[in-house]
Amino acid sequence: MSKIIVRGARILGGEPQDVLIDGETIAEVGTGLDAEGATVIEAEGQILLPGLVDLHTHLREPGREDSETVLTGTKAAAVGGFTAVHAMANTFPVADTAGVVEQVWRLGKESGYCDVQPVGAVTVGLEGKKLAELGAMHDSAAGVKVFSDDGKCVDDAVIMRRALEYVKAFDGVVAQHAQEPRLTEGAQMNEGIVSAELGLGGWPAVAEESIIARDVLLAAHVGSRVHICHLSTAGSVEIVRWAKSKGWNVTAEVTPHHLLLTDELVRTYNPVYKVNPPLRTEADVLALREALADGTIDCVATDHAPHPHEDKDCEWAAAAMGMVGLETALSVVQQTMVDTGLIDWAGVADRMSFRPAAIGRLEGHGRPVSAGEPANLTLVDPAYRGAVDPAGFASRSRNTPYEGRELPGRVTHTFLRGRATVVDGKLA
Amino acid sequence: MKRHLISAADLTRDDAVLILDTAEEMARVADRPIKKLPTLRGRTVVNLFFEDSTRTRISFEAAAKRLSADVINFSAKGSSVSKGESLKDTALTLEAMGADAVVIRHGASGAPYRLATSGWIDGAVVNAGDGTHEHPTQALLDAFTMRRRLVGPDAGLGRDLEGRRITIVGDILHSRVARSNVHLLTTLGAHVTLVAPPTLVPVGVEQWPCDVSYSLDDVLAKSDAVMMLRVQRERMNAAYFPTEREYSRRYGLDGERMAKMPEHAVVMHPGPMVRGMEITAEVADSDRCTVVEQVANGVSIRMAVLYLLLGGSDTALSAAPARTEENK
Repeated sequence: MSKIIVRGARILGGEPQDVLIDGETIAEVGTGLDAEGATVIEAEGQILLPGLVDLHTHLREPGREDSETVLTGTKAAAVGGFTAVHAMANTFPVADTAGVVEQVWRLGKESGYCDVQPVGAVTVGLEGKKLAELGAMHDSAAGVKVFSDDGKCVDDAVIMRRALEYVKAFDGVVAQHAQEPRLTEGAQMNEGIVSAELGLGGWPAVAEESIIARDVLLAAHVGSRVHICHLSTAGSVEIVRWAKSKGWNVTAEVTPHHLLLTDELVRTYNPVYKVNPPLRTEADVLALREALADGTIDCVATDHAPHPHEDKDCEWAAAAMGMVGLETALSVVQQTMVDTGLIDWAGVADRMSFRPAAIGRLEGHGRPVSAGEPANLTLVDPAYRGAVDPAGFASRSRNTPYEGRELPGRVTHTFLRGRATVVDGKLA
Repeated sequence: MKRHLISAADLTRDDAVLILDTAEEMARVADRPIKKLPTLRGRTVVNLFFEDSTRTRISFEAAAKRLSADVINFSAKGSSVSKGESLKDTALTLEAMGADAVVIRHGASGAPYRLATSGWIDGAVVNAGDGTHEHPTQALLDAFTMRRRLVGPDAGLGRDLEGRRITIVGDILHSRVARSNVHLLTTLGAHVTLVAPPTLVPVGVEQWPCDVSYSLDDVLAKSDAVMMLRVQRERMNAAYFPTEREYSRRYGLDGERMAKMPEHAVVMHPGPMVRGMEITAEVADSDRCTVVEQVANGVSIRMAVLYLLLGGSDTALSAAPARTEENK
């Protein structure tokens, strides 16, 4: 593989430097590096980040290839600046056996756009009744370390306790989709002022918060670590903050859409805003931003959830829940967190690469931008401004809530172990 | 008026009074031997009912027919999903058939809004009840009934319900009638009080422009109209209240409670009533109960709405009585 030199980029937002990539690794970082024989990328004014890592992606394969495949999903990931994604287990069949997680892992290898780390289901068929063979999935070629029934909550306290304990044997983590099922029967949107007016079934904040409260207590009791998926309320922030203050091993993620959008948008009854957990209130959005800034929330995860057009081109109640997010995540984080002054680019590297990789115990990703490290890198032009055009997405699905919305920043280049997967904003 | 009638909240005070006044004109037509106006001749009104509601459908059907419109009844039982065809494809079908107005009843809140705003059809959309969201023509006919009873058919012309105290009792949480009435009655200057057990009041109700009481007895003496809502017996299985009898004791309207109301006050019900549950037979059959009038008024209101959305402009209104004369 030939050499590439990235000239004058601000690494993690610092002073401009050159980065020389040789083969799969970063060979040298400094100023005025010798570019002989190397492809030169002029990156003045751009930010160089470690390749982004997503802890929460739905790639839909196997089973729903009409909405996304591992190939199209990893292309979307690369365009969004990601070099590794965790593929959620709610596929058809469910990723609850070594066979299925190895299939997804192999498809990821073949795609070549982004590393795919399969997540294993906690329970057989995501039914919450019986533990899946967590050890077998860990021991498989896929090397699963993150387990989640995402899409469904592990609501049985005993099953949750056992799962938390069991995965300690191989340093795994259970990522909980916190949703008390009885409190959310028929739920269509956040329960509050807007749901009362629109006559849509309410998804109360307490349904999330009560499960998080239970699970941090369980994790503390059995000495395990627990990860909270897509935290969405101000109350959840308070509980996680309290758990961390106790020294308990709790981590949490927030989605880009929960950092930007509120339930006021549901007034349009446009199902593109239908997502689980639902869009909350302005006060929640502000609390989530603050929590991400102060580290209470560890990382941003996209919850990229592709759906075919017909599943959104209908009445609200009939529509599927979820939004695509890989290709817009970094822009939304720039708008809500960087441009607001809440975090700097080093903070973005931390929340979108270092920490998610650490939570997932993912090797070769979330590493510093320095000599000898794997060349998983993302180059961002923060000055770019443009309206989101779903027609140009690499994802097979178009269910973005940002259509036509102007967002800042653009990923110009993505490097996966030294190979450019994105060049000048386009798939290589 | 707007091009569609989706929510009672979309109506200004003047819009609402115009509809009520127009409905008075329409009511006079009903008193004639030939109950028909030529206003909407050649126009097509489709009744698109995804939920069974014979009462509402025949009310709209009678209204459209009295205006000489062609009426197509499209009954799609169950949701569009269970039927297999999407709401969009159904809408495109109606569009191809040349529907000038679509009257839609749907189990999903917001379905009429989607129909009106998604570019699927060009015609006017009238919400005939969507999920637990709104039922604006019901609120209009309720307001019409109140104005007739409390102000008078002729004396009421051009007037609203300023200062009237209206109490709405029952399953507010799941009621589209209550939501539309809160919007409309408030717009018309009335003061609304909702009465229900706390389980049947939505979280977020504190933002509504009305009062909430958990005690029916406390508000009866201060009510000019008491509207009883149907309470589905199934609700007790979801622990909204313990038993039918307990609900009836605490929130049902019987003769004893009706006696606490001011003498001029009326009892209303959107129907269908569950006698013995929210209302006793004694009250339902009393002179103060307007249930049957509400049904008759429903046709007049729906005529007015279809007329204003399809045939008329504000200025054309004055022509309505003239045409009535011609038809005599």
